Amino acid sequence: MSLSEEQVSQITYLARLSLNEAQLKDNTQDLNAIFSLVEQLANIETDGIEPMSHPLHMSQRLREDIVAEQDQSVLFQSVAPKTSNGYYLVPTVIE
Amino acid sequence: MHTKTIVELAQGLKDKDFSCVELTQHYLNRIDQSNLNAFITVTDELALVQAQAVDNKIASGNANILTGIPYAHKDIFCTKGVKTSAGSKMLDTFVSPYDATVSQKLNQADLVMLGKTNMDEFAMGSSNENSFYGTVKNPWNRLKIPGGSSGGSAASVAGGLSCFATGTDTGGSIRQPASLCGITGLKPTYGRISRYGMIAYASSLDQAGPMTKTAQDAAIVLNVMAGFDDKDSTSAEQKVPDYTTHLNDSIKGLTIGLPKEFFSSGLDDEVADNIMVAVKEFEAMGAIVKEVSLPNSTHAIPAYYIVAPCECSSNLSRLDGVRYGYRAKNVKNLEDLYLRSRSEGFGEEVKRRIMIGTYALSAGYYDAYYLKAQKVRHLISDDFKKVFEQVDVIMGPVSPTTAFDLGSVKDPVSMYLADIYTLSANLAGLPGMSIPAGFAQKLPVGLQLIGNYWSESKLLNIAHQFQLQTDWHLKTPQEC
Repeated sequence: MSLSEEQVSQITYLARLSLNEAQLKDNTQDLNAIFSLVEQLANIETDGIEPMSHPLHMSQRLREDIVAEQDQSVLFQSVAPKTSNGYYLVPTVIE
Repeated sequence: MHTKTIVELAQGLKDKDFSCVELTQHYLNRIDQSNLNAFITVTDELALVQAQAVDNKIASGNANILTGIPYAHKDIFCTKGVKTSAGSKMLDTFVSPYDATVSQKLNQADLVMLGKTNMDEFAMGSSNENSFYGTVKNPWNRLKIPGGSSGGSAASVAGGLSCFATGTDTGGSIRQPASLCGITGLKPTYGRISRYGMIAYASSLDQAGPMTKTAQDAAIVLNVMAGFDDKDSTSAEQKVPDYTTHLNDSIKGLTIGLPKEFFSSGLDDEVADNIMVAVKEFEAMGAIVKEVSLPNSTHAIPAYYIVAPCECSSNLSRLDGVRYGYRAKNVKNLEDLYLRSRSEGFGEEVKRRIMIGTYALSAGYYDAYYLKAQKVRHLISDDFKKVFEQVDVIMGPVSPTTAFDLGSVKDPVSMYLADIYTLSANLAGLPGMSIPAGFAQKLPVGLQLIGNYWSESKLLNIAHQFQLQTDWHLKTPQEC
């Protein structure tokens, strides 16, 4: 398998990243080298093996569906780039 | 004062040889004069306020062993009111509104935080060359890397800039820098320490732990850091023992497994010699050595470099320039805001791993990469299970070489190979340690111990017994 620059460009878009031409070239080369390393996994016999989703095979701990946290939106919004009236402000997207 | 352990400093404070303010000021002066770039933020004013409060507490006879001990906190742990950057431009302006559980526990123990340590961005790296705040230098040789991603923490302890430090280990990020800087580093069993408020890189692998001068100090700090936390859904409901209780147990009859895969080509001869001398030391103490095999550990690198990037691409998707962190200026629209904030805010290695994860999780590739890697992870874990039916502990090198030159490893694949001996313990969720075990090319060599689940107490006992017989952990760099 070999990734083309076009495919890497599509991956960057999906990841919401942008690369310039030189970065795209370098990253295509690096990703191909990394995926060549990863390709060896294909040769390992894993039929009947369960995927390991948790190192301790623990299941998700659930809690009662009750409010456990107090409202801290003002505190949390204090670190946002811009807020107004309890909302996060982002640059205008609809003129 | 800066060469003393927690135990020695606690005694000094108790005997009034020095006050906590004097001790804290001593460390702050050393940080100020150091050129290791080990800290991103030095919290000098806060530290002196804490130190004064601690002096009052000691005077009133209300001290525990950790009261007033100055430590350095990896900049991945959220600290209320103090910048938490995770080594990234993305979080350069982020001042956390809350404390991580680990931060809260350390505060409650009356420790004095000197500052937040430098690290590879979002804990992605094996050399500490991926930080927005510049590379950290190895205290033993400033032209060498300190190891990553907890390189700032390791350098601060080795360089006498803090008595101990916190670290996190996703693929070896406590053990590898501990090894390369000649200190003691412990990665506990996954789930042993709360991940709440620890900025997530790969959630099924990340685990916090202490980085100290000695195993005894590591036991003391782990007593405070460990424990169930209902704020963390991955935290294990497992009773926390007193880790100092079994330090002095005899290790006569201990069975040590040496995995043949950990001594294959690629391991530096001098590093291998040091490891074998350390193993002989254990034999002299009555341990029995066996060769064992972890056949699937050779697949740990490709499995890790799928699992971890997949998790990181998901975890870091929250950083979009909207709610907190870096926001690009003069953007055209919302999509441009996301693209530019993330592209300008993340460094090269982080972007690379996000791209790997995005691709591996995309439609049509999920089964071939992510699911396959998770199955291989199971095989790796099963290998350990079989080996622990035969031995008490696994030993081997931490890193194939000693600290390499800054800037000398350019391509990512070669850098990823530096983690070859540490990754499998993370994939299986097992505890591991690095303890100083000699020198090669005038640089420290670490011996790795890997134990069965929840065997931290045993690992600390084994490490402590080694440190009673050797003095590698007492060596310090001449000039810091």
